Amino acid sequence: MKDNGYDYSVVRGFAFSALFWLIIGLVVGLWLAAEMVYPKLNLTPWLTFGRLRVVHTNGLAFGFGLAGIFACTYYILQRLTRTRIAFPGLARFHLYLFNIAIALAALSLFAGMNTSKEYAELEWPLDVVVVIMWVIFAINVFATLIKRKEKQMYISLWYIIAMTVTVAVLYIVNNLEVPVNLFKSYSIYAGANDANVEWWYGHNAVGFVFTVPILAMFYYFLPKSTNLPIYSHRLSIISFWSLVFGYLWTGAHHLMLTPLPEWIQTVGIAFSIFLIAPSWGSVVNGYYTLRGRWDLMRSNYLTKFFILGITFYGLQTVQGPTQGLRTLTAFFHYTDWVVGHVHMGTMGWVTMIISASLYYMIPRIYNRELYSVKLANVHFWLILIGQLLYTVTLWIAGIQQGAMWKATNPDGSLVYSFVEVVSAMYPYWYLRLIGGLIYFAGIVVFAYNLIMTARRGAETVSEAQPQTA
Amino acid sequence: MSLEAKPITFAILSVVVILIGTFVTMFLPLMLPSTQPVSDYIKPYTAVELEGRDIYIREGCNNCHTQTVRPLRTEVARYGEYSKPEEFAYDRPFLWGSRRNGPDLNRIGGKYPDSWHYVHFKDPQSMFPKSIMPAYAWLASRKLDTSYSYKKVSVLGYGYTEEEVNRQIQAYKAKVTSNSYAAKQARDAVTPPELRDQLTEMDALIAYMQKLGRDVKQLKEKEVVRHISQTAPDMIKNPYEGDSRAVEEGAKIFKNNCAACHGEDGSGGICPSLRDNVWKYGSTDQDLFVTISKGRPGGMPDWNNKLGTDNIWKVITYIRTLGEGR
Repeated sequence: MKDNGYDYSVVRGFAFSALFWLIIGLVVGLWLAAEMVYPKLNLTPWLTFGRLRVVHTNGLAFGFGLAGIFACTYYILQRLTRTRIAFPGLARFHLYLFNIAIALAALSLFAGMNTSKEYAELEWPLDVVVVIMWVIFAINVFATLIKRKEKQMYISLWYIIAMTVTVAVLYIVNNLEVPVNLFKSYSIYAGANDANVEWWYGHNAVGFVFTVPILAMFYYFLPKSTNLPIYSHRLSIISFWSLVFGYLWTGAHHLMLTPLPEWIQTVGIAFSIFLIAPSWGSVVNGYYTLRGRWDLMRSNYLTKFFILGITFYGLQTVQGPTQGLRTLTAFFHYTDWVVGHVHMGTMGWVTMIISASLYYMIPRIYNRELYSVKLANVHFWLILIGQLLYTVTLWIAGIQQGAMWKATNPDGSLVYSFVEVVSAMYPYWYLRLIGGLIYFAGIVVFAYNLIMTARRGAETVSEAQPQTA
Repeated sequence: MSLEAKPITFAILSVVVILIGTFVTMFLPLMLPSTQPVSDYIKPYTAVELEGRDIYIREGCNNCHTQTVRPLRTEVARYGEYSKPEEFAYDRPFLWGSRRNGPDLNRIGGKYPDSWHYVHFKDPQSMFPKSIMPAYAWLASRKLDTSYSYKKVSVLGYGYTEEEVNRQIQAYKAKVTSNSYAAKQARDAVTPPELRDQLTEMDALIAYMQKLGRDVKQLKEKEVVRHISQTAPDMIKNPYEGDSRAVEEGAKIFKNNCAACHGEDGSGGICPSLRDNVWKYGSTDQDLFVTISKGRPGGMPDWNNKLGTDNIWKVITYIRTLGEGR
């Protein structure tokens, strides 16, 4: 290998694990979307919506998302430190433990073992496994950083450090529970406190899993793919520290108008508005990196993924704080609008960036060209159209739902019963299913393209690309 | 910047920075008793209700149902009194939820009779054809496992002795397996014969449903009774009597709100028939109005906030066309 002994086997392992859990998670998602219009599809206890939804969210957030993050982290870490990973054996153990944990997580959630706390549903024995896995990962990250050969740490490494320490704090504090037996435990917090801790965790799980490491990928792979240096180092410093500082204050915007003390809600929404600035710091940095070179949107297929991805991130980070405002949350919360919001972030931002990062890494790991750039373009357009159909449909559905819940007669009584509002949602839910199918088709193309690259990609590709960092 | 050359310092500084917001918005509230107040009026769950709650968690009901009524006019009209923090003092974990694919359940307790729940869990579409809720008939085919009940309430610190826990379980079992249980017919229709003298998971889940919001409602009950006696006018008459458009509109309201229990054609089901000229709480316009608007014990919810005076009169106009008049 010409890469001076960089260990890519674990990168490869995590990349294809990500692909595997992505397909599984999306199939489950499609089944859920179909259940919304054909409730008869709740065929068995383990296929009921309530159990299946957590398999979908955990499978994609942690199976796909984390695997993609680990793959990119092990790659970026070695490249930016110009050092082989500190403990390759430990990294391989991390890979196996991760896949075992995700498989057990899916099985236990199917079986109904769950704590009910969103994005932290795993029962306590699996929590222990997750913590062990994270410590193993952190050891490798810091050991590699310590023995690095490159003095300065590039932006991406800051984000990786922030993720590594913060996820540990979040996960442990929110999952403190008292076991009843091997399969059942109760949270140590009660009522409003439990809600507050959970959404401090829940919102920052979004922040430090779906934002911070994805930004690490964006800051590394965009310059690498385009051969353009990132626009402003200073802007990235300001964005980083204000993002990491501001995020932890905002969990309560998930609990607006609930019995949580009002001051926590107000602080939460104030900092949510504040967060628009650092989020857009990264958006602006991305856009300006392409200044004068917007022709790359046509000629370089990876640029499209990164720029559309950061655009959805920009939209997401304005929509989120806005819909948390008291007047708007009163209307939108609990409707399909929020489901649309989440899916713009995950289907638009997270998956676009991870896709492009894998497209960048896999051919280089195998020393081959990508199997087909044409298929990569097909993948791009399918997931873009699928995602837009999905999200725009649910935003409109959410507006109608919110309006119908609130509609009153002149004497103040309600115009619609709950089930009448459900009936009105069917057309949107059919459209959502179609959007999901288009999106899934794009992901199948993506998987095929990467598998074919690994199996018999074309000519060797030169690794000798100028280092921009 | 030298910080970019010091990974450990960088990591420590990151932790400090994330702990500032964590301290103010999460740790500090945890230390303040006002975040989660405790009230004498709110009782902990019984062992059976807690088992029901654990089934609610196991089945992920919180993925589609919220348990917090927000202090908004239309929300109070739809679900009832808005949620207060002290109601959740015994909730570990909390179950406020984040999405309403189905309605909020924080005030479901006492809204419908047990029989309504047995029929609804068995086959939601039989009551609401467009409902998207999964059928949970299989919960009635599973015997309730109470082997950890005492350990559970101990972990949660509800303060029951082991005898009390057994008493609660036996008492609830005696209630639902008794021949005089009001929901016997609906329960037998979904429970397999060999489990009819046992507690099933569905029994426990329904016990939990009926507990939700019950303590708050009982607080209000006396007040409401006084309210009715003060506000119901002496002899009120239906302003729409004989109006055919009102009959049409009333039929629509009936279909969307009443048919699930009283039957599509009003011939009864879970709740009494409206065609048989038997009126349990009186047959005058005023009696019917009070029955509908304020509710009656044993399962009739109060519809005043949800439907309003005008719609209630239209429904009465329609109901009058069902039997032979009065």
